[in-house]
Amino acid sequence: MRREAPQKLSDYGPLFFPATMLIVFFVVPFATMIAVSFFQRQQGGFYVPAFQFANYERFLSLFFANVLGFSLMLAVTVAICCVVLAVPFTYLLTRMRRKVQIVWLVALLSVLSLSEVIIGFAWSTLFSRTAGITNLLVMAGIMSEAKALLPSFGAVLTGMVYQAFPYTVLVLYPALVRLDPTLTEAARTLGASPIKAFFTVVVPALRNTITATLIMVFIFALGSYLLPQLLGRPQHWTLSVLITDQAIYQSNMPFAAAMAVFLVLVTLGLVALTVLAGRKGEAA
Amino acid sequence: MSGLALNNVTKEFGTFTAVNNVELMVPHGTFVCMLGPSGCGKTTLLRMIAGLDLPTGGAIRLDGEDITHVPTHKRNLGMVFQSLALFPHLTVGENIAYPLRIRGVPKEDQKKRVDELLSMIHLSGYADRPVAKLSGGQRQRVAIARALSISPKLFLLDEPLSALDAKLREAMQVELRQLQQKLGITTIVVTHDQREAMTMADTVVVMKGGEIRQAASPIEIYRRPADTFVADFIGSTNLLEAEADGTGAVAVLGQPVSGVSLGAGVRKATLSIRPEDVHLTAPGNGALSGTVTFVRDLGGTIETFVDIAGRQLVAVSTPRARPDVTVGQPVGVVLLPDVCVVLAK
Repeated sequence: MRREAPQKLSDYGPLFFPATMLIVFFVVPFATMIAVSFFQRQQGGFYVPAFQFANYERFLSLFFANVLGFSLMLAVTVAICCVVLAVPFTYLLTRMRRKVQIVWLVALLSVLSLSEVIIGFAWSTLFSRTAGITNLLVMAGIMSEAKALLPSFGAVLTGMVYQAFPYTVLVLYPALVRLDPTLTEAARTLGASPIKAFFTVVVPALRNTITATLIMVFIFALGSYLLPQLLGRPQHWTLSVLITDQAIYQSNMPFAAAMAVFLVLVTLGLVALTVLAGRKGEAA
Repeated sequence: MSGLALNNVTKEFGTFTAVNNVELMVPHGTFVCMLGPSGCGKTTLLRMIAGLDLPTGGAIRLDGEDITHVPTHKRNLGMVFQSLALFPHLTVGENIAYPLRIRGVPKEDQKKRVDELLSMIHLSGYADRPVAKLSGGQRQRVAIARALSISPKLFLLDEPLSALDAKLREAMQVELRQLQQKLGITTIVVTHDQREAMTMADTVVVMKGGEIRQAASPIEIYRRPADTFVADFIGSTNLLEAEADGTGAVAVLGQPVSGVSLGAGVRKATLSIRPEDVHLTAPGNGALSGTVTFVRDLGGTIETFVDIAGRQLVAVSTPRARPDVTVGQPVGVVLLPDVCVVLAK
């Protein structure tokens, strides 16, 4: 289909509403935050307009570098876990009967309707000593006595993967449904076992989709601040937790804003690198 | 015995029987075309030979070995799909090398074999192109080369040429047949195009309703069809009702004819006579009498439509033997006994 480029100002009409919403609810708050990040904090939780880099300078310390490093590592781990679990899962799902697919998709969507708070408390119960899943293992005779599995890194990771998994499946689903099923059949007739066919045909054919999904889950996980507090120790707290802490409990808006801006920049940089690496791989 | 043997192969989907008790022997090195209308079970049969579907009954043997439950990837076959199923993320060369790579063939040997196959399909120098940049005919060739790269025991093709335009399709039919003869590989093609089957096959297997109606050489199928379905499906034919009165006299469409026999004890049968075998003469002299209703002059052939007692009959002749008829004229139709095939009712 050929589309003509908009000629007159009125041709841009349909863009007016979304553009306004984007400006009012995204560009303006974000610009405000950037501005606040240069402001000067005053004792008592207020801040006055200024242009100083003190907030950013304070951020350049080993402590914050560690927190930033941990946040990125956690987000990358969550993204990889989600994709590694979701690609085979979604692939098998798309090969099922239509009715079964709908049941699974509805179940996944209902997980999305749960808030982070509910997910956090549900998992903290499941990982607890008194009412957790270890009691089931004791009953089954696998463990000798029940124990608490939290707070721990594993608990944080489990909660976040659980939260991000439905998104991952929903992003992968359309691409996998469209994948020609005869591709795997062809691979099988050419001598590949079903598992080999999956890794030599399905995964490489979906490389771009998988990269995009990794980026999406990574960014999604980077913003998580409740689960690390509910399920982890203080050393498992992400930058988002510290930002919340600074903004709400320490009333240091300029510093929180500076951290948020820095996080956005680092994220954008990483995404750009991934996209660039993907392009290079394609050219080769 | 070497070759592929299907013994009582059956496939049921719920209550529907897609393939019903198929018996077929494909000797080593032959080219078999499975031909039939859509839904006749030919593709299901091919998929069972490939191991992509499992039969619900019967056995499939390859060179005497029962392969009914051998998984697809261990059958060492090559298959070309209707959609071709070329891997979009691989180049032409990588596609062709895929079966070799999966089997762990060394890189240099892979490259040698790919070059060999590319020159066989007249695409030398295309190894590094992405498959998306090829034309339909070129993709077709790549799919064929990929299926042949391990020199498989069986070469299976599911409607391989249906995506090509008519001219290219005819050229590819000839090319495919020549390639098969050169390699001497046992080949099974599923098609609904009877011209394709006639061009390529040593044996044509005509299927309908999940059953084999006839399996024979193309010319045998054409000349000696086993039943009215085969006669009608392969080429065009005139099917005429014939009756015997028990004393040897035979009437076709109510008019007596001489020289035709329906066989001992048969009272009613159908005669199949190919349009090119219909001989038009002057009325009388023991010929069936009819009226010319239409003449279609196609340049290369002339089709004359004759109405006999309400039934339409077509005669095809070449311009050299142009019948001297005009529309509305009474005409005589001679049924030569040796070209009439008697088919049981």
